[in-house]
Amino acid sequence: MSAAWEVVIGLEIHTQLATQSKIFSGASTAYGAAPNTQACLVDLGYPGVLPVLNEEVVRMACKFGLAVNATVAPRSVFARKNYFYPDLPKGYQISQYELPIVEHGELFITDEAGKEKRIGITRAHLEEDAGKSVHEGLDRHSGIDLNRAGTPLLEIVSEPDLRSAKEAVAYMRKIHTIVRYLGISDGNMQEGSFRCDANVSVRPRGQDTFGTRTEIKNLNSFRFVERAINFEIERQIDVLEDGGEVVQETRLYDSGRDETRSMRSKEEANDYRYFPDPDLLPVEISEEFIDGVRDTLPELPDDKRHRFIDDYGVKQDDAAILTASRALADYFEAAVAASEAKPQVVANWVIGDLSGALNKEGLEIEACRIPAEDLAGLIKRIQDNTISGKIAKEVFEAMWAGEGTADAVIEARGLKQITDSSAIEAIVDKVIADNPGQAEEYRAGKEKLIGFFVGQVMKETGGKANPGQVNAILRSKLK
Amino acid sequence: MSLEKDQVQHIAMLARLRVGDDEIADTVDKLSRIVDFVDQLSQADTTDVVPMAHPLDAAQRLRPDVVTETDERDEFQENAPAVSDGFYLVPKVIE
Amino acid sequence: MSSNDLHTQGLTQLARGLENGGFTAVELVTALLDRVEAHDTELNAFITVTADTALQAAERADAERNKGETGVLNGLPLVHKDIFCTRGVLTTCGSRMLENFVSPYDATVVERLAGAGAVMLGKTNMDEFAMGSSNETSYFGPVKNPWDLTCSPGGSSGGSAASVAARIAPAATGTDTGGSIRQPAALTGTTGLKPTYGRVSRYGMIAFASSLDQAGVITRSAEDAALLLGVMAGFDVRDSTSIDHPVPDYLAGLGESLQGLRVGIVRQHFDAGLDAATGNAVRDALAVLEAQGASLTEVDLPNLDLSVPTYYVVAPAECSSNLSRFDGIRFGHRAGNPEDLLDMYCRSRGEGFGAEVKRRILTGTYVLSAGYYDAYYLKAQQVRQLIADDFREAFADVDVIAGPTAPAPAFRLGDKTDDPITMYLNDIYTIGANLAGLPGISIPCGFASELPVGLHLVGPHFGEEQLLRTAHQYQLQTDWHTRCPEGYA
Repeated sequence: MSAAWEVVIGLEIHTQLATQSKIFSGASTAYGAAPNTQACLVDLGYPGVLPVLNEEVVRMACKFGLAVNATVAPRSVFARKNYFYPDLPKGYQISQYELPIVEHGELFITDEAGKEKRIGITRAHLEEDAGKSVHEGLDRHSGIDLNRAGTPLLEIVSEPDLRSAKEAVAYMRKIHTIVRYLGISDGNMQEGSFRCDANVSVRPRGQDTFGTRTEIKNLNSFRFVERAINFEIERQIDVLEDGGEVVQETRLYDSGRDETRSMRSKEEANDYRYFPDPDLLPVEISEEFIDGVRDTLPELPDDKRHRFIDDYGVKQDDAAILTASRALADYFEAAVAASEAKPQVVANWVIGDLSGALNKEGLEIEACRIPAEDLAGLIKRIQDNTISGKIAKEVFEAMWAGEGTADAVIEARGLKQITDSSAIEAIVDKVIADNPGQAEEYRAGKEKLIGFFVGQVMKETGGKANPGQVNAILRSKLK
Repeated sequence: MSLEKDQVQHIAMLARLRVGDDEIADTVDKLSRIVDFVDQLSQADTTDVVPMAHPLDAAQRLRPDVVTETDERDEFQENAPAVSDGFYLVPKVIE
Repeated sequence: MSSNDLHTQGLTQLARGLENGGFTAVELVTALLDRVEAHDTELNAFITVTADTALQAAERADAERNKGETGVLNGLPLVHKDIFCTRGVLTTCGSRMLENFVSPYDATVVERLAGAGAVMLGKTNMDEFAMGSSNETSYFGPVKNPWDLTCSPGGSSGGSAASVAARIAPAATGTDTGGSIRQPAALTGTTGLKPTYGRVSRYGMIAFASSLDQAGVITRSAEDAALLLGVMAGFDVRDSTSIDHPVPDYLAGLGESLQGLRVGIVRQHFDAGLDAATGNAVRDALAVLEAQGASLTEVDLPNLDLSVPTYYVVAPAECSSNLSRFDGIRFGHRAGNPEDLLDMYCRSRGEGFGAEVKRRILTGTYVLSAGYYDAYYLKAQQVRQLIADDFREAFADVDVIAGPTAPAPAFRLGDKTDDPITMYLNDIYTIGANLAGLPGISIPCGFASELPVGLHLVGPHFGEEQLLRTAHQYQLQTDWHTRCPEGYA
């Protein structure tokens, strides 16, 4: 990317709120049901039916607002966004326009230089999701499934404060972490519960006004966000450097080709004709309600991260990884509490072997096969010299494979470390006797050979001897 | 202020209403009369008047987050012009 | 009483008869279904007659009565405007769009009335989607006024009004967005009540303009209206705009005299736009109220002349959005062999909606569109506030505001179809109450050119008791509400 250009990005993140029922109806929001079996009269926009607002949705929006240090509006208004599309049953989407429920928030990301950077959150508003269209397998038709119609969404709009695709991803990850911490969204990107539109523009460095922006719609993975934005930045710069002009338009990211494409259609430009929804009254949120919500807020990721660094002495980068998900942080803390080991040792296990095993199978920490207490049990056995660090890896794999606790695995596989000095001495003697040449060289000053002898002893003991102890005995016998 | 034919056609497109060639002249004429009529509103002095969206001064009531609806797809789809495999059918949407 | 004059009785009278065992619900319903048969060909007041289910419901009502389990409306017949969704029954809203629409659910109003034992005889004709003041916009043809078959019964609840006026049904439901209950009541010599906005649930009432629509009744007397309102009114969890406000016993307060009642008169209501004979009838009615102890004072509603233009921005704006759901996908008319999606939308809606509905959708789309929103929609909402403020100030000094319901008696079918504005001006006296969300009632108060004239009473929010009492006391002194059109006695 040319240093002559500055990139300006703003994100609109749509996050599905994890309610039982829909925002304006009592239909279930569960994912994956047969088409239209979770679309009630209100979701179908039947003549005569009316929306009634779900209390939990308001509480969740309020939680988010407090978590990002925003203003929760004492009075917010639902408006209708009018347009025709087959998956929009009423011909309008109930959304918020002039008076959103959350305004003026902020969060902090680590920018590419490693510094903390504030990103403004313009607003977050409530709206209903649309249904889905299916284009395959129905001959010359598209099929409409309205199960998703009416699912509550919180649309979180950032200020145009992001300056690179990486920052955009960092911001999006941060929002993802926050909504999952708050328990207001499952953040499941495959199921579309967390997706975003990116507004991208470039301008000559030093210029005050923004360049013309394009909007990339419906990005549903962090990787796509980064790639789509980077493609779009390059494209816009190419256009401008060739003396052309960026056209303000909506674009789609094609992940197969790794490019964005214009969604230009022959139809007229959108004119959404927003106006206050006369079927819904203004939403009034009292101070007491907000206080009640504040009392239920969990510790937020940034606070947790700082606490991990300050109280546990965990390395900064590790603290960031551990607090990226509330469940992972909880796991870590439970393991620390049960292990009596140094927290950093626990952190190494959680971030290392445990995360590795999870990643390999594409599992989240919630699906982890080894309970935190059992991981702590394993670490304990290293600390008390029952097993070596090397054997511990084997024990861990066995535990992952379902062979039980560390103690059970050690017992069943006979992995207990040999700490009986006389037993080790006998083996050391045998090894020295078997390798007279090397013993001679060692004694002549080639001390590097100690490694060779340790290896031989470990081999003889099947790895069960305590390496420190072996080392000490070898050294005294080879004197 | 009278409306032009292409303005009316633009509005009709926004509203997804076909206005046939035989109807367009009459539609333009009558809509223009309506617009001229409501133009009277511009005479009113509404400085600092808060727009009234609703006749009663009340706040939105909230519903508990409980699933109350069951699957009634088959009955609901009896009113649908075209369905298949549980889907509502429309002419193919080209994206 | 013999079963061949049951149709002459009002609801309260019929309730007594059923209770005394003078006749059964089945006899009553049978007699009224015969009236439908005899008169509806000329009147066209019904879109659907539910004879079979009505007789079954009447049998159930009789059986319940025999067991001593009676709701307050047990066995009492009524008709519903075809804007109310009725489970398993065609619900057309007077439109080709819903020509074949069978509702899978009941409107709250329908459910509550049925729950109290009322028996539905059928669904009444109406202006398409309640957009009209003459019933001429109905896809199913105009309703005729029983007082003169060449005249309109008014609209949009024209079928409801005509069926009550012609003694086919003792009572009917209606809806009123700009006068759609009160104006047809005035033009047919019936009593029409539009309650306070939010008093009666809108759930299941097909929306025209959500912030103005309100369900009400057309009956032969204020007493009958009070009986029905008591059942229909009240909070509904399914309608966010229904108000959780106690429902009084509307019948209990009817007997109080009008001594000390402060009646406001709006001078502009008696301006040049008012038909002379209509004005005389209304003035006579005011004199009757005065004679009963009411005091008359003049009140000023300075912005009232802007109520019709305000309405014709707000109502079309809301309607343009409310009617977007009729897209030919989940229900309603779909055009044959669409070329593509856009063609399906435009032709389904173009064919499914009639001319007046299309005009209002277009008007509403226009006033909300980019560049015009502030000048029209926002401006209208501000003027609406001014009009509501005018009423609020007036009600500081008076208990009810009285005047004519409509500027003239029933007009000839076809007379006003050419110019939408003349038609719109028919609602000039009634629209203000909708904009401000106030209750209003129209009661018969005389004749002009041998056609009925309505007296219009408007009250403050939740002032239904006062309105009903005033109307009832007036009806105790007069017999206009008992007059029956020739041929329907």
